[in-house]
Amino acid sequence: MSEANAAVTDPMLRIRGVETYYGSIAALRGVDLDVNRGEIVTLIGANGAGKSTLMMTIFGDPRARAGSIVYDGVDITRLPTHEIARRKIAQSPEGRRIFPRMTVQENLQMGAALGDPAHFDKDLERVFGIFPRLKERRNQRGGTLSGGEQQMLAIARALMSRPQLLMLDEPSLGLAPLIVNQIFDVIGQLNREEGLTVFLVEQNAYHALKLAHRGYVMVNGQITMSGTGAELLSREDVRAAYLEGGH
Amino acid sequence: MENFLQQLINGVTLGSIYGLIAIGYTMVYGIIGMINFAHGDVFMVSAFIAMLLFLAVTAFLGVSSLFLAFFIILIAGMILTSLWSWTIERIAYRPLRGSFRLAPLISAIGMSIFLANFVQVVQGPRNKPLPPMFNQVIQLTSGGEFDVTLAYKQIVIVAVTVVLLAVFWFVVQKTPLGRAQRACEQDRKMAALLGINVDRTISITFIIGAALASVAGVLYLVNYGVVSFSDGFIPGVKAFTAAVLGGIGSIPGAVLGGLLIGLVEVLWSAYVSSDYKNVAAFSILIIALIFMPSGLLGKPEIEKV
Ligand SMILES: Nc1ncnc2c1ncn2[C@@H]1O[C@H](COP(=O)(O)OP(=O)(O)OP(=O)(O)O)[C@@H](O)[C@H]1O
Ligand SMILES: [Mg+2]
Repeated sequence: MSEANAAVTDPMLRIRGVETYYGSIAALRGVDLDVNRGEIVTLIGANGAGKSTLMMTIFGDPRARAGSIVYDGVDITRLPTHEIARRKIAQSPEGRRIFPRMTVQENLQMGAALGDPAHFDKDLERVFGIFPRLKERRNQRGGTLSGGEQQMLAIARALMSRPQLLMLDEPSLGLAPLIVNQIFDVIGQLNREEGLTVFLVEQNAYHALKLAHRGYVMVNGQITMSGTGAELLSREDVRAAYLEGGH
Repeated sequence: MENFLQQLINGVTLGSIYGLIAIGYTMVYGIIGMINFAHGDVFMVSAFIAMLLFLAVTAFLGVSSLFLAFFIILIAGMILTSLWSWTIERIAYRPLRGSFRLAPLISAIGMSIFLANFVQVVQGPRNKPLPPMFNQVIQLTSGGEFDVTLAYKQIVIVAVTVVLLAVFWFVVQKTPLGRAQRACEQDRKMAALLGINVDRTISITFIIGAALASVAGVLYLVNYGVVSFSDGFIPGVKAFTAAVLGGIGSIPGAVLGGLLIGLVEVLWSAYVSSDYKNVAAFSILIIALIFMPSGLLGKPEIEKV
């Protein structure tokens, strides 16, 4: 197979044998995971399983102690965090991390910090189209937004960099069911219409697995199961462990 | 009454200089939570450099226009100070980032001693005075018991400060660099996730603070005509007091604090005792730390986290 062909079939993000420690405590213990171009991949798991740690390890903070992370054919395992961001990966991290003393608009400008200023206005209109609520509040300080508005802002900010890979850590956390539906719709739409690749961490396993092409289950810093969203959803053990009641 | 007006003018002049120095303390504290103890000495060294530049510009280059010489010194001083303060940040502070909290503080104290002693050795034991600059005065009132005057140099000092603050405010509020700086101040980890080079942004913050202090150094020299190796300490502590009084981390607070400290010092000297003028400033520091630790314009904590 030629090099060019290999690049097309290689996953966009390939994680192999990644181990991450907090001090002497292992949070990730040999994680293997792939995200292919154009896919929505979800990672589910109980509290403290290591999902957020994996998201941040991809950005080098904390840094993987072993294993490799290859993005777009380049080994990014040891790159500085800001260099990784420059490769067009964007993350809406756990806890949203809105800049509290900046306005909504300034937060979005920070999201576009790496982009070409020429298309800032257009991108701004685009995210305001997705989240009209943010447009109404564009001059309000980030720290005074409601939790749901902050979540929208965190996602919008990530989109402002025109990422190829969008990573979202629990975008539905703390949101009303209606807003959760809206956010999942937006993710699906961006994926279908713009071919955006999405890597999604969720507690809301039912929603996430329905939306995703493929999913992984993490337990105690290791991947224990993987498969298509539908496969995982139909498994008894997954349902018992991660889907409460109803669904 | 006339006397009071005169003290007001003098206080605002002095306060401008303190305010410019205070910004450096407050910005560095805002972004890395460190009190840069060497900042007062950065100011003193730049005043010293300004003096050498003045001698070079007038004696060797033969620039005869005072205004031209002044501007050359201002710009060249800022550039030189930026360069060497960048070097200091690189060798004395950056390697200690991520080390224990007191490490950069101790390094800064060491740097402060080094700078003061270095100038002491280079300068020799005597103060070097400058020929007086901008010495004409405008008579504001006359005939009373006391003539109120406004010296040209006071106008120059306040005007330069105002222009510089306006430029600086624009940079911090409206440019990508200023935004990156504020972002690092609020959440360094997130700033890095958005592609901001945090280390570089911190270096630039040091440099901007030093450049403002270098202007303060030039203005100080214009005001007093003389600078000595020990002049970093007292103005440094006063500017630090200004930063604390205004609310450390707040840039408008630093300017406001600078003006207040300048006024208190001058009024205290005029009406109470000029021997104890430093006591007044330091008493304010202690009172502010005890009763108002977040300062006049300290960050209001209304955010959700
Ligand atoms: N900064 C830290 N220092 C020490 N231990 C940490 C740190 N961050 C996370 N941990 C630990 O690492 C483990 C994995 O945490 P992580 O945040 O990755 O879990 P998670 O799967 O995202 O959980 P949740 O669903 O609750 O967000 C946990 O045991 C947690 O206590
Ligand atoms: Mg988490």
